[in-house]
Parts: sequence; C-alpha cells; structure tokens
Amino acid sequence: MATSSERSPPPFPDSEDQDVLDAEEVRGRDSDEDEDLFGSTSTSPVTEMDTTPTSDVSMKPPSDIMNDPLIEPMSSQTGNKPASEPSDDFFDLTNNVSVVAAAATKSDDFVDILGSETGAQRGEVVKADVTVEATIDRSEVTAGVIDPLSQQEAKQTSTAPVIDLSGDSQPVTSKIADPLVDLFSDAPPAAEAKKPSSANVDLFDDEEGSDIFAEPLQTKPAKQPQKSLFGEPDEDVFGEPLGAISKKPVPKELKEKSVTTKVTAGGPLQDSKPADIFSQAAASTPSVTSTVNSKTNGVHSEEDGDIFAAEATVELSLDSPRNERKKEATAKPSAPAPTSLTAAASLAKPQPPALEELEEEEEEEEEDKFDIFVSVKDPEKIGDGMNAYMAYKVSTQTTLPMFRNKTFTVRRRFSDFLGLYEKLSEKHGPNGFIVPPPPEKSLLGMTKVKVGKEDSSSTDFVERRRGALERYLQRVVNHPSLLQDPDVREFLEREELPRAVSTQALSGAGFLKMINKATDAVSKMTIKMNESDVWFEEKLQEVESADQQFRKLHALVESLVVHRKELSLNTASFAKSAAMLGSAEDNTALSRALSQLAEVEDKMEQLHQEQAASDTFTFAEMIADYIRLLGAVRGSFDHRMKAWQRWQDAQSMLQKKRETEAKLLWANKPDKLQLAKEEIAEWEAKVTQYERDFERVSATVRKEVIRFEREKTKNCKRQVITYLECLLQSQQQLIKYWEAFLPEAKAIA
Amino acid sequence: MMEEVKETASVLSVHDDSIKVTEVLKDGDTLTFIIVSQKLSGTGEYHVDRTYEDFEWLQQHLFSQGDVPGIQGVIFPPLPAKPQVNASPRSIKQLGFLALGECQPYCKALETFLQQVAAHSILSKNKAVEVFLTSSDPPGRQKVKKNIFNRLSQAVEEMRKEGHKDVDEFFQNERDHNLVLTGCTKTAAEKFLDVVATEQKIAVACGHFSTALHLCVEPGEDPDKQAFSRVCVKLSEVFESIKKNMTSVAENNVNTLGLGLDLESRYQEAEREMLFRRTCKLVELENARRNVEKAKPVKKAAMEEVKKAAETEFEHTSGVAKQEIARFQGARVEMLQQALVGWCEKQLLTAKESADQFNQHLEVFRGMA
Repeated sequence: MATSSERSPPPFPDSEDQDVLDAEEVRGRDSDEDEDLFGSTSTSPVTEMDTTPTSDVSMKPPSDIMNDPLIEPMSSQTGNKPASEPSDDFFDLTNNVSVVAAAATKSDDFVDILGSETGAQRGEVVKADVTVEATIDRSEVTAGVIDPLSQQEAKQTSTAPVIDLSGDSQPVTSKIADPLVDLFSDAPPAAEAKKPSSANVDLFDDEEGSDIFAEPLQTKPAKQPQKSLFGEPDEDVFGEPLGAISKKPVPKELKEKSVTTKVTAGGPLQDSKPADIFSQAAASTPSVTSTVNSKTNGVHSEEDGDIFAAEATVELSLDSPRNERKKEATAKPSAPAPTSLTAAASLAKPQPPALEELEEEEEEEEEDKFDIFVSVKDPEKIGDGMNAYMAYKVSTQTTLPMFRNKTFTVRRRFSDFLGLYEKLSEKHGPNGFIVPPPPEKSLLGMTKVKVGKEDSSSTDFVERRRGALERYLQRVVNHPSLLQDPDVREFLEREELPRAVSTQALSGAGFLKMINKATDAVSKMTIKMNESDVWFEEKLQEVESADQQFRKLHALVESLVVHRKELSLNTASFAKSAAMLGSAEDNTALSRALSQLAEVEDKMEQLHQEQAASDTFTFAEMIADYIRLLGAVRGSFDHRMKAWQRWQDAQSMLQKKRETEAKLLWANKPDKLQLAKEEIAEWEAKVTQYERDFERVSATVRKEVIRFEREKTKNCKRQVITYLECLLQSQQQLIKYWEAFLPEAKAIA
Repeated sequence: MMEEVKETASVLSVHDDSIKVTEVLKDGDTLTFIIVSQKLSGTGEYHVDRTYEDFEWLQQHLFSQGDVPGIQGVIFPPLPAKPQVNASPRSIKQLGFLALGECQPYCKALETFLQQVAAHSILSKNKAVEVFLTSSDPPGRQKVKKNIFNRLSQAVEEMRKEGHKDVDEFFQNERDHNLVLTGCTKTAAEKFLDVVATEQKIAVACGHFSTALHLCVEPGEDPDKQAFSRVCVKLSEVFESIKKNMTSVAENNVNTLGLGLDLESRYQEAEREMLFRRTCKLVELENARRNVEKAKPVKKAAMEEVKKAAETEFEHTSGVAKQEIARFQGARVEMLQQALVGWCEKQLLTAKESADQFNQHLEVFRGMA
C-alpha cells in the first residue's frame, strides 16, 4: 500500500513524513500549477487558517486517534480522498471534496468553507479527525489501487496508527492475499509508480465509450495534461493482464482526475447537483462560490454530465457502507461554521453503526455486500405472432452513489439480458471469473407464450423466467468485479439499449455452446493436462458430481411440484363435490358443516398452490440456477485450461526456436542467428507472460470457486429458511382452518 | 339401538360393539381375518377366523331369511367388495379407500359391517350371525352364487322399475333424495380418494428428495464444504418431516373422513337397494291388484289371496323400511359427524405437531447462520 504511495507521488518525496509538509508542499504546488485557474482563491487567507489546525493535528500523538475508536471508521471513509494527495496536484484538489482532508491542503472555495469551520471550531474532535486522515492518506493511496481491499486495510492502518506513520506499507501489502500482489511485486518500482497513471489512461479508454463520457466535454483539456503528465502508461505491466483488476483502481483515479476538472470548473458542482452538499456549502459561502462561478460560467453546462460521471465513478470503487459514511462526512463539514460543533457531534453519532458495518465487512471479508437490489417485474408481451417478445421492467434500488439515482427503472427485453451475459462472459470469462448465466432461451416455452393465450403453463413459464432473470441480475450486481463493468451499469440505467447482437445468434447460443462443449471434450481428451494443482483436480471432480446431483435433485423437486399441483387440483374438486354433497344434504346442520368443509378445502387448495409455488421458486428454481452456475464454474475451469494450453504451446514454440538456434549455430549462419535470437527473446517473454496469465487465471478461478461455494451455502441456507418460514406459515394457517372448522363439525348432531 | 338388541336378542351372546377384526393373515391368495368379540356372559372372548367367503355366506343368510316379515325393508349393512391380494387397478378403484394401506382400512370396514349387523334389531336375531361370530368352525365355505346373480338380475330390472312412480310421497322423496345423495357421496369419496393418493405421492416424492439430499453430502474438512453438507443434511431432515407430515395427513384422511365417506356411500347404495326392493314389491302389488280386477271369477279368489299376500308383504316392507330409513338417517348423520370431528381433530393434531417440528428446524437453520 504505502509502497505505492511512496512511489506514486514523485512530486512529493516527503509525502510519507508529515502532513504539514505535505500540505505546504501541496499548497506550493497548487499555487504554482493552478495559479491561472484558481487565481485569487489559492492565495486566500483561509488556507493559512487551514494549515494551523492541521499542523496541530499532526503534532498530536496518534494516541489521540486511538482514544476515540469512533473516529476510526471516519478516517477510513475520508481516507481515500486524501489518498490522492501525493500523486499530484490534481488529486490535491480532490481533497476539497472530502472536506476534512481539504483542510490540510486546499486553497479554493470549498476549503474556504471547511477552513472557517475548523477555525471556528477548533474542537478536539475535528483535529483528531484530521490526524487520522493524514495517517490514512498513505495507506489509502495504495488502497486506491487495490480497491476492494482498501477498506480493511484502511481499518487496519487506522487501528494501528503508529505503524502507519512510520511505514504503513507493511501491514497493508501483506494483507493483500490477492493475485494483485504478484503483479505488484513483479513490476519494477518505476512501473508501480506509474500504475495509477496507467490505470487512469486505461480507464479513459474504457469509459470514453460509454454514454456518460460520450458528450463533448470541457474536461478533455484536463485529461490531456494528465495523460501527458503521467507519460507513457506502463502497458506491459498493467495493460492486458490486469484486465478487470485494473478497473478497481481506475475509478478512483478517474474520480480524482475528474474532480480536478470539477474544481477548476468550480461552479458546475453547485449547479449540477442541486440537492448536493456542495450546493449547501456554496450557499453558506456565497461570495466565494460566486467568484468561482463567474470564473467558470461558460463551462459548467457542458460539464454537467462529466461531473456526474465523475461522481459516479468515484463511488464505483467504494463499498456501500463507506459511501454512506463518506456522505456523512462530507455533509458534516459542509454545514455552516456556527453549527460546526453540533456537526461534529453528529459526526460522532453516526459512527457506531458505521463501525459495526466495518466489522461486519471484515468478517465477511471479500464477500462484499453491495447495497443494491435489482428486481425484474411486469413481464409484458410486446408484438404479435412469432415476432412477439417479452419485455421486463428492471428496477434498481441502490444507495450506491455510482448510480445517478437511488431508484430507476428501465425496460429490457429478454435478448438484452442474454446480450449482457454475452458481453460479460466475453470480457470476464477468460480471466477466470464465474459469470452468472441467464436462463436459457426456450423455444418451446416462448412459442407457447407467443401462440397460446393466457393459460397456466405459459404464465408459469413467464413467471419462472422472470424470477430467473431477477436472480441472474442480482447475482451479477452482487459480484464485486462485475458490478464495476460499464455494460452492467448501462444495462441497469440507460433508457434505450442498442439492440442486442442478433437474437438469432443468441438463440443459436445453445447450439454454439454444444459445439464448444464438443470441442472442449475433444481437447480434454487429447490434451492431458498434467495437473500441477491437486486442488483444481479435486474441485473439477466435485463440480461434476455436484452437477449430477443437482440435476437429480431438480428432477425430484419438479416431480414433487407436479404432485403438489395435482393435490391442489384434487383438493379443489373435492371442495366442489363436498359443496354439492352439502347442498344435497337434508340435515341442515350436516349440510352446513359440509359447505363449511367445502370452504375449508377451497382455502386449502390455495395453500397447496402456494406450497407448490414455494417448492418451485425456492427449490426447483434455485437448483436450476445452480445447474447453470455449475456450468459457468466449469467454464472458468476451461478458461484456466486454455490459459495453460497457451502457455504450454508457447513453451514448445520456444523450445523449437531454441533448437533452430542451435542448428543455425551449428550451420554457422550469423545473419539468421540474430533473427533467431530475437525470436527466442520474444518467445521467452511470451512464455513468462502466459505463465503469469495462467497463474493469474488460476488464482482468480480458485478465488471465484471459493466465493461461489460460500455463496452457494449461504444462498441455500437462506432459501431453506424462507422455505421453512413459508411452510410454517402455511401449517399455522392450516391449524387456523381446522380450529375454525372443528366447532362446526361438533355442532352437527 | 343397542338397548333394543339386548332386550330382544338373547340369541347373540356377544357385545355388538366389542366385535373387532384384529388381524389379517395372508395365505397365498386368501385373506383370513381374525375376529374377536367379548362374551356377554363373563369375561371370555371369542376368537374366530373367517375368510371373505364366510362374510359373503353371512350376508347371504341375512338376505334370505324369508320368515321375517318385512325383511325386504331392511337396509342391510353393506359388505365391502372382495379384497384382492394382487389387486388390479380396476378392483382397487372398486375398493376405493379400502384398498389403501396395509389392510387396516379394510379390516375396519369389515368390523363396522359386523358391528352394524350385530347391532341391528332384526338381523342380529338371525342364527347365522351367532354362528359366524362364535363358532370355531367356519360356517359353510361353499360358494354362494345367488348373491351375485341377485345383483345382476337386479341391474336389469333396475332400468325398468327404478323410475316407477311411488304411491307414497315419503318414499318417492326418499328415493329421489337417495339418488342424488348416492351420486354426490360417491363423487366426494372418489375425489377425496384422489386427494389422499396425491398426498401419498407427495410423501413418496419428499422421501426421494430427502434421500437424494443425503447423497449431496461431500466429505472433506473444508469448512465451506462442511457448511454446505450440514445444510444438505438438515434439509434432508426437513423433508423427512414433511414426508411424515404428509403421510400422517393422508392416514388421517383415510381413517376418518375417508372411511366415513366410503361407508356412507356404501350405505346409500344399500338404502337404494332396499328402496328398490320395496319398489319391486310395489310393482308386484300393483300387478296383483290389476290381476284381481282383470281376473275371471274362477280365479278371483286365488288372485285375491295373492293380492292380499302382496299387500301385507308390501305393508310390512314399507313399515320396516320407514323405520329403517329413520334409523339410517340418524345413524349416518352421527357417523358423518364422528368422521368429520375425528378428522378435524386428527388433522389439527398433525398440523400442530408438524408446525412444531418445522419451527424447530427453522430455529436450527437460523442458528446455523
């Protein structure tokens, strides 16, 4: 962690020492580089005020931080913003956003607010906060690079502040049990220093395609300097192999950068986010904002989108609890100065839950809990005849700030879901990720829906599919890496989605898969992969046997469901005949009892029906999901094997090249020898890269399989609990029915 | 009813309600039932073994006691159809509820039959009953074909006479009503049987699922794996108790309402047969009257005699029939009530037990998290 922080900020060699220094440096830099932009603001007296508390704070022993455990989470939440500090001045500006950090460094309007606040307050709490942040800064810089872990790390560092100050790198780096470690250690230091930057560039490539960035942006100029600033992105280290992993660090970097643009733009912030904290802040210090506004007047309208994007990307890398906390943190400082004391108090209050959350987080380790729920609703048949298709309402409910709104709904047709899967599996599959598969296209079921009217089997089909789609999406967004994918976000958010690649091809997907499977089987037979890792061998066998068992279970549950439905039907007809018997009966009491019986049976029919649905949706569908998922797991094993194969091929190729070299040497052909040598070098590089690829994929697969199994257990448990609750409820309902009926029966005589 | 039996029927030396069919022995294709009854005098018990043929013999004797006036007006307790060791689907359908389970429902039905016979004021006087219940020798194993023949001929005649207009409004009503009820009861019993059959299927399916879940258990020390195995084992237990629940629900259904509906439907049949016999007598009587009117003076006296005989017989029959119907109506309401109450109570008990069990399972699962 800290290693990278040390390396990443070439401009600030002293970054790890004292924050005061940092701040001063930064200020210096700020005024140097951004003078034209910030002009008067940067020289405002406020900054001076800011530095004072900061220095105080840094003098304060770390014990201060420890005194109040509540502050810990706070530090971790704000930490990641100051994290950017050392890397360059743009990042400094970011600190403005997270106000507390800004106190240490900033020279613009937001700082202004903050500054005044801290000044007025001078409370211990605030100071403590600041210190913690300062401490966290370093750790968070690295955390920024390996985001999902950053939280724990941040926490770690904050719990042991002393170590942090001296050299926080140790605990952090050691903590990362992650393929990334390899990458980091492998990469030359210089490359590491550049990592954030290259990531940044990557991100741009990535993000620019998406609609958020599609608008012409005033930020472009800002981006360019950045690119140039970082020079040549270290593609070798980070480029292709990093893949999805690089995406994690990326958002943060991007955010930092875009925040820069934001700050340079000044005003737009306030304009574009009407309900935002910043607008509040702006309101409390109208004079400053107005100057900024005037400065950037023309800019902000175009920038709106970008700022949103920036905002969205910022939080992309954050886990939800932290987001909330971050909001709290930002909200607090933005309060007007006079109330700053209470604000500080309110800051202290929200901490306990936050702390709990953190602990929870740590417990669950990599099982990131994302605060996002996707529901698929209102299946609707659109069109007629064979051209008809089903459209679903996809509603997302989230507190993740990476999304523009808390709730949003889009309409998607079935092939869009498949399209999403295709995209995801293409992108993430080769890296060893288990991409949750959507339900298969069902010609039979869909034809029924298309042709048939509303009969029970087609509504059942539609309902099952709706549930499957919902679970599929929920799985996707629950996957920490997949959630980051721009396609996922686009799928959830964007109003109109470009029509998924030809549906025909997709419906042929099954066919293609079949071919793939056939070739896989052939390659499996021909290539005897001498498995170096027993774990994978065992797992593969387990997966295969689990697959068979799940299939068996599925068949059993399906037959159970059939019987349940039959029971419900039979109960209904019994109810009918009981009613008839009741009406034919002469004895009034008996007749009444019989018609009561008919009613009871009617209700029971309902219960049986619900039970059948419960069986279907909790077990049958869950098992069907797992059969599909096990296929995906096997797919990830295949990808691993492909990586291995590539590596092996490269090795044998290298061997061949070496042989040719030897031959040439023998034949004494110096001109060709040179070429051969070059080729050998090239292939050697390839071999190492492929080997690394393979190891990376292996590690990912392993991690994913473990995650899958854990999720499986958890999910099963959850399902069983729901099922039992449902069962219990229906049993209690039954008791009620019987109890109501008993006096009726007794009253006959 | 019972009081009456005790007063009048000193012939019967056993308590009618102590008659039990305790056991069934399977010997090749024949089933032998052990019938136990308590002596009226003292504390001893009669143990006799009877085959289905013996039951048929008894019923035949009951049918054909010509010396009892108005015997045709009796609603004979219905004897269940012959049980099959290797039952074909058709005979199962014919037996209905009685084909379910391990003969217990059938024994219960036979028991009810014997009790009804023994409790019947007219039928219990028949010597055959006493012999059947007490004699250690099987009473006549000779096949009685007459019974079947009777029913066959009846089926043919039925078409002709069933619709015959009755002279007595009471009987006309009763006939109409009986016709409706017979149909309804039969359907209800059939539907209820379907319900029970499905419940049994569900129980079996749950059992399979539970067994299959046990196979999902993976060995290994891996805590994740163990957690999953635990879930599987636990879930298997859950399904085991769902299975038990379903099984006992089905059993309750059979033993209470199922048997009740079955008996009711057979009794309705019996009543219908009785009413039909009475209608036959009525037709006979009307024919005799017509014959008397048409008869030549020479034969008039003989005809008159026939008519008289027919008249008395019809009156006897009608009288007995009226009594029988009144008794039957009371008895069947009581029987149905008992069935319903027992059913309700048993189901309630089962539901409560199951709810308890599910709750326990649920707690275990919640605890696992």
